[in-house]
Amino acid sequence: MRAIGIVLAGGNNRRMQELSQKRAICAMPIAGSYRSIDFTLSNMSNSHIQKVAVFTQYNARSLNEHLSSSKWWDFGRKQGGLFVFTPVVTADNSNWYRGTADAIYQNLSFLKNSHEPYVVIASGDGVYKLDFNKVLEYHIEKKADITVVCRDMPDTTDVCRFGTVRMNEENRIDEIEEKPLQAKSSTVSCGIYVLRRRQLIEMIEKCAEEDRYDFVRDILVRYKDLKRIYGYKIKEYWRNIASVEDYYSTNMDFLKPEVRNYFFKQYPDIYSKVDDLPPAKYNPGACVHNSLISSGCIVNGVVENSVIFKKSYIGNNCVIKNSIILNDVYIGDNTYIENCIVESRDTIRANSRYIGEEGKIRIVVERNERYTI
Amino acid sequence: MIKKEMIAMLLAGGQGSRLGVLTSKVAKPAVAFGGKYRIIDFPLSNCINSGVDTVGVLTQYQPLRLNTHIGIGIPWDLDRNIGGVSVLPPYEKSGESEWYTGTANAIYQNLDYMEGFNPDYVLILSGDHIYKMDYEVMLDFHKSSGAEVTIAVMPVPIEEASRFGIMITDENKRITEFEEKPEHPRSNLASMGIYIFNWKTLKEALITMANQPALDFGKHVIPYCHDKGAPLYAYEFTGYWKDVGTLSSYWEANMELIDIVPEFNLYEEYWKIYTRSEIQPPQYFSGDSVVERSIIGEGTDIYGKVYNSVIGCGVTIGKGTVVRDSIIMNQTQIGESCELYKAIVAENVTIGNRVRLGIGEEAPNDTAPHIYNHGIVTIGEKSIIPDGITVGKNTVIFGETTDKDYENSYFASGKSLIKAGEQ
Repeated sequence: MRAIGIVLAGGNNRRMQELSQKRAICAMPIAGSYRSIDFTLSNMSNSHIQKVAVFTQYNARSLNEHLSSSKWWDFGRKQGGLFVFTPVVTADNSNWYRGTADAIYQNLSFLKNSHEPYVVIASGDGVYKLDFNKVLEYHIEKKADITVVCRDMPDTTDVCRFGTVRMNEENRIDEIEEKPLQAKSSTVSCGIYVLRRRQLIEMIEKCAEEDRYDFVRDILVRYKDLKRIYGYKIKEYWRNIASVEDYYSTNMDFLKPEVRNYFFKQYPDIYSKVDDLPPAKYNPGACVHNSLISSGCIVNGVVENSVIFKKSYIGNNCVIKNSIILNDVYIGDNTYIENCIVESRDTIRANSRYIGEEGKIRIVVERNERYTI
Repeated sequence: MIKKEMIAMLLAGGQGSRLGVLTSKVAKPAVAFGGKYRIIDFPLSNCINSGVDTVGVLTQYQPLRLNTHIGIGIPWDLDRNIGGVSVLPPYEKSGESEWYTGTANAIYQNLDYMEGFNPDYVLILSGDHIYKMDYEVMLDFHKSSGAEVTIAVMPVPIEEASRFGIMITDENKRITEFEEKPEHPRSNLASMGIYIFNWKTLKEALITMANQPALDFGKHVIPYCHDKGAPLYAYEFTGYWKDVGTLSSYWEANMELIDIVPEFNLYEEYWKIYTRSEIQPPQYFSGDSVVERSIIGEGTDIYGKVYNSVIGCGVTIGKGTVVRDSIIMNQTQIGESCELYKAIVAENVTIGNRVRLGIGEEAPNDTAPHIYNHGIVTIGEKSIIPDGITVGKNTVIFGETTDKDYENSYFASGKSLIKAGEQ
């Protein structure tokens, strides 16, 4: 592949409520055994991009731990590999990343020292599969300056939290708005861009000179008439994790056979860090219906329409319904949990009851002490 | 100079013929165990957990799967700049070349490998036991007792002692005598096939005994060291240890993992067992599935009912199918409305719809009753069983079978059908 990859993974979002206190959105656990950044990294690896930079900033401990070894995505190469860039203080800069463009500007030497002609920029919070080679081919064929991957959203989706684009009949983008108050189009940008490396360096440097920091607002929107910006439409599954509701429904999507089949059974695979956990164990009293269970779990109770992440323990006579239990949660006996997301490494005391209202998911964060035998 | 205090030599070349078709295409150490593991994961994990970071794995019989599994040792953190895991197959020499003719002969042929690490001690392991053991504690015992050779032993019931190599020790655990499978055992300490040798003692013994045909540790090297007067000590181990050399002990050891608090606990944070995981997605249970007393690997989809079973990774169990007391290995697909009782189904098997395994009265197996017994149905890897077949007990099926291979869709207890692999 004649491109390098940049993954924007610095973000936080208030709509994630308590869930983002612990970690960046890109490190949010997804579908039982993954984290959201695994999808973008696997897509890049599967597209044979060999050199990838991840820009992190907000609460990156979880994310850095997840990325501590690059071998899981096959980025452990002598040439290229995985680079994680967090903001640093230097002689002439002591700022955090003030925006996506600023993050790239502060690490411009990564771009300058590369020799690949193209760059794929992707946000790290998307759940999708995409062959970037196809986007690049399209980009070259259209003689585009920038190609934006986008997707038509169903009418029921409120697109105002996305960046929306409007394309002409040739797929050239003539209107682009970031989080519009009133959307003019139901086509949203997936936050994935392909452009020439030199073009990017030039734009980012110009941007920095003018004290502008955001890739969408200060580059895409401002250059939309000046440069040839094209849209590459995808029709396949794509979600991004931007709110608790999105997070919940994206996880629940994996209970659908077609979604599981698309991500888990069809080539290419999505990779994640291997945790060396034993197989999941089901003791007498376990009763599991329409649910995903990950490795290392021990189940003694009833689980229905739920996603249980790695290494969780579910006690006797428990009932877990329509809920998401994140990694390494201990749930004491006789507990009832419905319509909840239970934060990772939590300990739920025996005989507890947590019920979220239908359509409004309750986030359970207890931070109880755990006594291990 | 490169220096490692203790290196391990792991004997993984054996066929394990008593596992029948399970080892017809793979070496015994590469046979799947406990849902997601392979037997060799246990000694390899013990090595790294004991701080032994240099392991030579001696392979000979059907090494392909073993080689791909070990790779460069990443899952066990044995990918090292110096040391790490090395696969050591037999090789051609300018003089007389030979296969590994015995356990000690295999080690003898790799003297150069060991010499390269300049070790003080060499740990000899076999790749076919399920256990967790801290070899560092055994080494401490070896050093403090002043032994030149330490043999790990395990107390076994005296009535079973005649199946093992038995060590007779004095009060300081120094070995005074030993007997190979004695009729009237005088002790219940059975050798586990785990040895620590002083490097000099081992080297001297192997070079002296080099011309002995089928040079074996139990039969030749240990008696030689003993006769020479070298101090031999027995290190008593009391934890869980299981030889999975036969189909019934293999089945039993798997079933012990599903006890509520198993004696051999895979869920302890301390002393993890590592393995290569290629399949990562979570497992899915459909709306009408049932699962009880089972362990299940990653990426498995259960639409049927599973009781008292060990299921591997990437398996599909169809709607209406009942699996009981069985072992299903990775990537096997089982159709709808099947019944499986006490079956061992190897990897990548395809079972059609309405297939019934383990049905009817017991009858001894017609070709190998010493292998296929205890009522177990054994299906070899990559086998295909067509729709609607009923299979009896103590049976074995291996290969791509069609309706024509079965009379009236029935395969009676005790019959064998082997169409693939080495017979």
